[in-house]
Amino acid sequence: MSAASQDVATRNGIFARALIYAVLILFAVYYLLPLYVMVVNSLKPLDEIRQGNMLALPQQWTIAPWLSAWSTAQIGVSPTGLKPYFLNSVMMVVPAVALSTILGALNGYVLTKWRFKGDNIVFGLMLLACFIPFQIVLIPSARILGLTGLAGTITGLVLIHAIYGLGFTTLFFRNYYEAFPTELVRAAQIDGASFFQIFRRILLPSSGPIIVVTVIWQFTNIWNDFLFGSSFSGFNSIPLTVALNNLVNSSTGVKEYNVHFAGAILAALPTLIVYIVSGRYFVRGLMAGAVKG
Amino acid sequence: MADLTTTAPRAVTNPRATLQDLLPKIVLAPSFALILIFVYGFIVFTAFLSFSGSKLLPDFSTWVGLNNYVRLFNHPNWITALKNLAIFSVLYIVICSFIGLALAIFLDQKIRGEGVLRPIYLYPMALSFIVTGVAWKWFLDPGIGLEHVMQSWGWESFSFRWIKEGQMAIYTIVIAAVWQSSGFVMAMFLAGLRGVDNEIIKAAQIDGASTLTIYRRIIIPLMRPVFLSAFVVLAHLAIKSYDLVVAMTDGGPGTATWTPALFMQKFTFGRNEMGMGAASAIIMMMMIFAIIVPYLYSELGGKKK
Repeated sequence: MSAASQDVATRNGIFARALIYAVLILFAVYYLLPLYVMVVNSLKPLDEIRQGNMLALPQQWTIAPWLSAWSTAQIGVSPTGLKPYFLNSVMMVVPAVALSTILGALNGYVLTKWRFKGDNIVFGLMLLACFIPFQIVLIPSARILGLTGLAGTITGLVLIHAIYGLGFTTLFFRNYYEAFPTELVRAAQIDGASFFQIFRRILLPSSGPIIVVTVIWQFTNIWNDFLFGSSFSGFNSIPLTVALNNLVNSSTGVKEYNVHFAGAILAALPTLIVYIVSGRYFVRGLMAGAVKG
Repeated sequence: MADLTTTAPRAVTNPRATLQDLLPKIVLAPSFALILIFVYGFIVFTAFLSFSGSKLLPDFSTWVGLNNYVRLFNHPNWITALKNLAIFSVLYIVICSFIGLALAIFLDQKIRGEGVLRPIYLYPMALSFIVTGVAWKWFLDPGIGLEHVMQSWGWESFSFRWIKEGQMAIYTIVIAAVWQSSGFVMAMFLAGLRGVDNEIIKAAQIDGASTLTIYRRIIIPLMRPVFLSAFVVLAHLAIKSYDLVVAMTDGGPGTATWTPALFMQKFTFGRNEMGMGAASAIIMMMMIFAIIVPYLYSELGGKKK
């Protein structure tokens, strides 16, 4: 990318450049500070946090808080640690991401390559659905889950997440397929290729980047969700974010800050890893969801 | 669009081809139906609820007209929530935009190590608001956090207990929220800056404009669409703000940090005031649509031209 505005830069004095670096580094510290605090204090015994200094490195390193957060910490009524809730989140996220991505891809395909009268209204309604405050659907959703016997189950959460993710996944694939040459589709059609053949053989092979963007977007959103998790989960389906909040904000017992921090990192780890491994796609998803949406 | 439909007549006599013609709509139908029911149907359901006397469960047998809305706007907690939303969203949007723009401009000065700094600014966006809330809740806690640190470094009189003070607690939520989102705004502005036309800047430089002038008079005005996008995204996040508040203060101390989303949750599921909860959700939706609908309209309309 040839950065046009960067040409302005060359004319700054040394003092100005030093100042710019200072500000940039200061902000890097600001963004890293909470992560540093979490990591350092998750490796200290509790006494060291209470009496010592939150910014100091541990004097006595320990991984006990991590073990406790993972497998023995008291969450709600049972001392199970975050492990079962971590698994709940995985079982919720994987099918929900898969479902909403597949449907989004097919929707995007239809809305760009098989256009019909009123397709823009259909798309507009799906797009607007991305932005509703979910509070407005909480009561009827709870009702429907109750009526269908899915209240408090992981299946129920999967369905809810898949449905409310459809708007975004459709948006992503529609914008991507919009730029895909329609002539190729038409040529294949004349050659007698069917609807699904065209999708599988022509569009899908070049959909790699948008699939990655969509999967990351959906994974991050659903993994990090709290509202649906706290509203619709039952005893056996509580996702990790809700369990973490229960761990940290339970009013009984000693506040084990080191365990809280270890738990918070555990909850953040999957999305952080995704971000580190594929940051480029992550940012692209954010931009597509924000700028175009 | 027309070209595709003209292939249809060939197929009329062939039943298999007719199926092929319907197939796209059959594929799209389930998703569209789900959105119609789960989004628009549910909005109508909630709208009806907001005119009903529902308490613990949906109850359409008693109609109370606008009574829920009247009670809502006379309820001190809702007024607190609206005030908090106003404080939070103004500060959140202004500070995020300011930091985002400043960092983007600074990063755009041929900075060594941009590749290291950028991901550092952006990673908070990958975290759950609950994680962010836990980190900041304890870091700002007077007992163990910042205040404790400063005092242990010898600044005995240092005091920072906003998170425990009713008047100030909402500002701690601003601090954490800005931390989470400002890097993302930076990325939006950086993308905008890198799209600025080289020629305009060259021309201004030849005319002898200073760097500051070029930014103030040319580049920043060109960022208007980015400001608009950032505003829409941040405003929308602010109105929905719920997780972060729950994790940091759970609305406390007292009701000092209630937001509309928290109000909806607490009244509907905690206090069995479903009618009022529904009314508050409707107001939230109206606020969001007032921002989003004109934006989408101009975005989509603009593309067609």
